[in-house]
Amino acid sequence: MKKHTVKITVNGKEHQSEIDARTLLTHFLRDHLNITSTNIGCDTSQCGACTVLVNGESVKSCTQLAVQMDGAEITTAANDQISDIEVIKRNFHESHGLQCGYCTPGMVMSSHELLKQNSNPSDDEIRDALHGNICRCTGYHNIIEAVKKSAAEIREGAAS
Amino acid sequence: MNQQSPISKTQNLSQGYIGKSVPRREDARLLDGAGQFIDNMKLPNMTYSAVLRSPYAHARLLSINTEEALSLKGIVGILTGEDLKGKVGLIRPNWIAGQDIQIPDHPVLAFDKVNYTGDAVAFIVGESREAVQDALEMIEVEYEVLDPIIDEEEAFQEGAVQIHEGIKNNRAGKPLMAWGDYRKAAEEADQIVSLKLINNRLIPSAMEPRVLLASFDKYSEKLEMYIPSQVPHLHRRWISDTLGWPEHKIHLKVPDIGGGFGAKMHLYVEEILVAYAAKHFGCPIKWTETRSESHLSTHHGRAHTQYIDLAIKNDGTVLGLKLKLFANMGAYLSNMATGVPSVNCTYFANGNYNIPNYFAQTNLIFTNTVPVDAYRGAGRPEATYLIERSMDKVAEVLGMDPLEVRRKNVIQKFPHNFYDSGSFLKCMEEAKSSFKYEEKRELQAQAREEGRYLGIGIINYTESCGMAPSTVLGNLGFDRGGYESAEIKVHPDGKVTLFTGSTPQGHGHHTSFAQIVASELQIPMEDVEVITGDTEAVPVGVGTYNSRSMAVGGSAAKICAGKVIEKAKKYAALKLRCKEESVLYQEGHFFTEENEKRIPFAKIARMAAVPHHKPEDVTPGLDQLYTHDPISMSSPNGSHAAFVEVDIETGKIEILEYLAVDDAGNLINPMLAEGQIHGGIAQGIGQALYENTVYSEDGQLLSGSLLDYAVPKADQLPSFKTDFLYTPTQTNPLGAKGIGEAGTIAAPPALVSAVCDALKPFGIDHIDMPLTPPKIWKAIQSASQDKGGAS
Repeated sequence: MKKHTVKITVNGKEHQSEIDARTLLTHFLRDHLNITSTNIGCDTSQCGACTVLVNGESVKSCTQLAVQMDGAEITTAANDQISDIEVIKRNFHESHGLQCGYCTPGMVMSSHELLKQNSNPSDDEIRDALHGNICRCTGYHNIIEAVKKSAAEIREGAAS
Repeated sequence: MNQQSPISKTQNLSQGYIGKSVPRREDARLLDGAGQFIDNMKLPNMTYSAVLRSPYAHARLLSINTEEALSLKGIVGILTGEDLKGKVGLIRPNWIAGQDIQIPDHPVLAFDKVNYTGDAVAFIVGESREAVQDALEMIEVEYEVLDPIIDEEEAFQEGAVQIHEGIKNNRAGKPLMAWGDYRKAAEEADQIVSLKLINNRLIPSAMEPRVLLASFDKYSEKLEMYIPSQVPHLHRRWISDTLGWPEHKIHLKVPDIGGGFGAKMHLYVEEILVAYAAKHFGCPIKWTETRSESHLSTHHGRAHTQYIDLAIKNDGTVLGLKLKLFANMGAYLSNMATGVPSVNCTYFANGNYNIPNYFAQTNLIFTNTVPVDAYRGAGRPEATYLIERSMDKVAEVLGMDPLEVRRKNVIQKFPHNFYDSGSFLKCMEEAKSSFKYEEKRELQAQAREEGRYLGIGIINYTESCGMAPSTVLGNLGFDRGGYESAEIKVHPDGKVTLFTGSTPQGHGHHTSFAQIVASELQIPMEDVEVITGDTEAVPVGVGTYNSRSMAVGGSAAKICAGKVIEKAKKYAALKLRCKEESVLYQEGHFFTEENEKRIPFAKIARMAAVPHHKPEDVTPGLDQLYTHDPISMSSPNGSHAAFVEVDIETGKIEILEYLAVDDAGNLINPMLAEGQIHGGIAQGIGQALYENTVYSEDGQLLSGSLLDYAVPKADQLPSFKTDFLYTPTQTNPLGAKGIGEAGTIAAPPALVSAVCDALKPFGIDHIDMPLTPPKIWKAIQSASQDKGGAS
């Protein structure tokens, strides 16, 4: 099978790789780069555990081929340089917004995108924004709390 | 156990860290996506594997040709049923509940017949994920397709297709459970009320599929395997039994697990295949289940058809309950499968109520479907659902308030035959008042005037947690001990490591168990490390299920820590130049009433580790190992309430409010306990409203992925209100009862009760789960046609 060369930046670091055309972004990150902050929970793009940001927008990394990502900037939950992501993670921790933690990196990334677009979301808007990420442990109650608290903190941070 | 436990609205046990909502120490790595899930791991020279599964529900295997697949680049080898004959044993159940249970052969790879869609036929090992997937397509299997049977009642009919040779009516057994005299109760009753209920088949759906990674060292002849197990020590024994390999040469390691919910405590064929193949092919092997494969291979839950007769008096008193139950076992008997319906369900089907006369027959039925076994709640959701739906039916028939019927029958005296302690009535009263029951009835009446349909469901549940003691489990045919272990190693610097046999899958044991040990030892939590899930690091263990971690494992940790202090006091006595009995321990220091000198725990730890001065007849070091076998199980209880609106134009249900009042005794970490309640309610609402496992007539699993199986999403659930009562159990020193399954047990009847209450004007008193909009809509349409519209 013909190999393709891609240059992809992940969490600020550029990687050049030779890959098969059929390699999914999630497998590329996990198997080729050993970046495990995208978990695989399904094979039909329902669960969202593999959500990452591609050029700032949230994407389920199982829906994209890695060759499509040539030149792209990818951000995963492992990125500790973005303060809003750190705020969200801290609130997930303090609000007990995770149990087994398998869906969590994806939840964090989707929450981050929501708060970029809507700094003061209602409960319904948060639930709607997270409907592509399945959590089987928490019942979402504390996740919603964590996102609300994060929104307030990020707003205050922006105001001060 | 004749002391009545006090029911309290506030928890009063703030001893050290116990009873405090300490945030979890597990979170940091999980939030970063650095969790140690098995699929994140790699070993040198690791290979990949895949299982070829039967595309038919029932078929004779005529031939398997692997030649072409083997010739593909990167394929290490392929195993078929013939290859394993005489080398690998059968998968055996672990709970034989009943005298007459028939156990069909369950080979690791089918060699004669396949019995469900997904049954394992061949196992491929190769150098890459892609290579094994390609090879799967190239194996040629010739099948003679047989008629399948899917429904548990149809399978039981005379003339139905027989799945296993010699097992008539496809019935593995018919255990009975009875007390009193139901026949007499029926004669004395004013009337008999009957119901038929379907408890829908569920797919547990932990977010992390099952993953295995095994290597075999040919020199030491030792297997090392990473396994997502709730019960690693039991898994080690089962693998040893099946392969005939010495148990001590099997080392199982459990890193982070992405959810279990019961499904990760059964023995699966893949565990045997990966272990065997790692030795056979001489290379480390990883197996990763896909989600669609998970639906076809990880065991399902529930799947009952229940016939209920209630002998009642016209004042609402229930004199007797007769239950005829058809439990779908799937194609083979899985681990706990026989005990889930015939003990966990029928033993507790009287729920929170005094039912003096009871007769239950469970028919354990084979079908051509994925095996069914314990899933969060395991029998108690099926029991609670049937008794709570029965209470509603009695209320309906007699025109009584559903809460009055419940009050009339509720158990109020403890200890009770079944329950160590409880707050059954108090919880119901608490739920009624917090939920503002009367106010909601008024809202409901007003709404009906406006053509809106609101419904209220308040239900009671109890469960039994912490399966114990071992002698009782033996009598029940449950091939496990009822204990849990704790080992505390005291390091010379005074910091400690707890090794516990309880194995978390997102529960937060590393935090809550540290709270227990730190509190008992009176040292900072930071000084307590917790190790779980390693069959060599942890000397013995049973594992995590039946909400037993805190009650059994947590108690073991507490007692073990107490023993550390007892031993430390012997050393301290030497240091304080006094008798051992005079040594006191407070705030992490040893002292006596006579001697002001206070010696910190760490100093005694060092003294015991370097025992130049040592009490006579005392061994060096403070380490302790303790296995706790509780005197009995404990019984958490609660009352859950749901308030819903049904849109009769579309059949859509909106949950306006959900309230849980739970009593699990003392809570070690209330925040984690509440999290368990939330997650349980979500899965319970899932069963009530969304989740269903559907097979086609020819045995194809139509709910074959998360596209077709509706695990609830954030916009399909409400926020939950939670409240607790605290009735400590006397069956363990923590007074903790178990909380993990409560929501899963309580939410289905609460939701169905509320929806049926909303639809009462249409004369609808029951609809089987899941209450999907089309089902509701159809029920309204046909009821309206029957009755000429809603009254």
